[in-house]
Amino acid sequence: MSPQAITRAEALTLAAQIAAGELSAREVTEAHLARIAEVDPLVGAFLHVDADGARAQADAVDAQRAAGEPLGPLAGVPLALKDVLVQRGIPTTCGSRILEGWRPPYDATVVTRLRAAGVVILGKANCDEFAMGSSTENSAYHPTRNPWALDRVPGGSSGGSAAAVAAHLAPLAIGTDTGGSIRQPAALTGIVGAKPTYGGVSRYGLVAFASSLDQAGPMARTVADTAALHEVIAGHDPRDATSIPQQWPGLRAAAEAGAAEGLTGMRIGVIAEHDGPGWDAQVRAVTADAIDRLQHLGAEVVTVSVPHVVHALAAYYLIAPSEASSNLARFDGMRYGLRVGGDDDSVAAVMSATRAAGFGPEVKRRIMLGTFALSTGYYEAYYRSAQQVRRLIADDFAAAFTHCDALVGPTSPLPAFPLGERIDDPLAMYLADLATLPASLAGLPAMSVPIGLTPAGAAPALPVGLQIIAAATADATMYRVAGALAADQQQQWGGLLLDRAPSLSGGRP
Amino acid sequence: MVDDSGIQGEATISEQEVRHLAHLARLALTDDEVAHFTGQLGAILHAVSEVARVDRTGVTPMSHAVALANVTRPDLVTASLPVAEVLAAAPAAEDDRFRVPRILGEAP
Repeated sequence: MSPQAITRAEALTLAAQIAAGELSAREVTEAHLARIAEVDPLVGAFLHVDADGARAQADAVDAQRAAGEPLGPLAGVPLALKDVLVQRGIPTTCGSRILEGWRPPYDATVVTRLRAAGVVILGKANCDEFAMGSSTENSAYHPTRNPWALDRVPGGSSGGSAAAVAAHLAPLAIGTDTGGSIRQPAALTGIVGAKPTYGGVSRYGLVAFASSLDQAGPMARTVADTAALHEVIAGHDPRDATSIPQQWPGLRAAAEAGAAEGLTGMRIGVIAEHDGPGWDAQVRAVTADAIDRLQHLGAEVVTVSVPHVVHALAAYYLIAPSEASSNLARFDGMRYGLRVGGDDDSVAAVMSATRAAGFGPEVKRRIMLGTFALSTGYYEAYYRSAQQVRRLIADDFAAAFTHCDALVGPTSPLPAFPLGERIDDPLAMYLADLATLPASLAGLPAMSVPIGLTPAGAAPALPVGLQIIAAATADATMYRVAGALAADQQQQWGGLLLDRAPSLSGGRP
Repeated sequence: MVDDSGIQGEATISEQEVRHLAHLARLALTDDEVAHFTGQLGAILHAVSEVARVDRTGVTPMSHAVALANVTRPDLVTASLPVAEVLAAAPAAEDDRFRVPRILGEAP
């Protein structure tokens, strides 16, 4: 395989060829490092590239194979790790100045599992500061650009992870999703991204934003690769008290079953509230076509009302900031990262000055919003009401899943928007998460798969994603639907949607 | 109509309240930031106050998606984080401890 073919190959193909000795892990890693050197100056997907560490991990896989030892399921396959997960000795910033230069003394459980599977971690992917944002413009270091149109955002907060996969800098990435931060950037960059059932993947070593919502998950160019990575990172972890005590086999098998058998016997609900005049017309048209394909694949498609999802944005932007205001209190300038002020200043003055200098505007806004919502006199009206609305949304979903196997709708109300368009209007930015917030609040598994492009016109052709939501712990069901759609697309298009993206070769758009 | 939400009229916030929140959250804001955030937080609070207008009669608040309770693990001794690495990543350390600014009002 040529270096170019290596960077365009599926993760599972690379793993198979490495296991068979047809490719070395080292040459796969070198091909990706070369592609990063060539293309990442345009895209800005990485905050830190650990070239030496990646080479050492690849060499270890090659040595293991030469010694005849068994290899992990994704041995030698490169990956971009979102910079909110800690990797021992590797700079972890969360996209924030407050952690600039910090090298964590331990591995996240996700990282431990990746290592056990033989995955090669290329480096840390850019993101909105502490995963707060929908465009990756809130990174304190640099924005990330959308490989489909470099003047547009890749979505966020896992925009670096999404752009790395879409620009063929890595076949796999780990993102995190609190209100849509895996699914929305996957949709905006034409890749696949899945948020597992809350509790499916350990949060140990995931720097906390909103603990009752945060969930790490897989991102890749194909459904099968996404499922394979999901199986590697999911599973019970005694270090996370909210980790569900079960294993998650059968996700790849479910995707394969969907591809082979279609969707006959499945009932899929189209969320009525996630369609209508307020939603981008081009996104609606592409979504309607994909829903037709679901029917063509044998599913019974019905329209379902999930009435309280219209209040998800209001509930989320009270609950998530409230949890953030508490979680981010740990950044006090004492144990890690930045400290502003000297020994003669009071602790309170040092904390206030450190946090003022270290946090960006969106993080400050959310901390104050959460502090407000939790304060005496406002707690009942704001925080408690939001938690009740959260229950109503979860109950609506539970009712819908008594008569539907999966729910679908657009992942994002609009395609990738230009850099700078929404950054000074927090509410306009929050609207980018409109479709993804409900499943987050309910803790449900949800994923985005690419389904087509908006027609080129004033704006270039841009990818559109379909969100597939399943009942709690029914992650396999969403992969079945995604697998069927992907196989159908392969037949119709003869390849991936992403094959139509600019190549960016030679460092040119 | 009596609003049982506890939110009086339009949800807005004053600069004085923003300064108080910033103090509680240990954020030293400039006057410009206070003015800027006051407008933005007011707009956001206006939007999210919608939750109080939803009929929530008899609804139990939901704090978590996973209803796990009394999660325990075996009480085993395991290694702590490597002290040298932890302190190497701290802003200041001394004698195997984090070095912090003065906490009480005493002379340094």
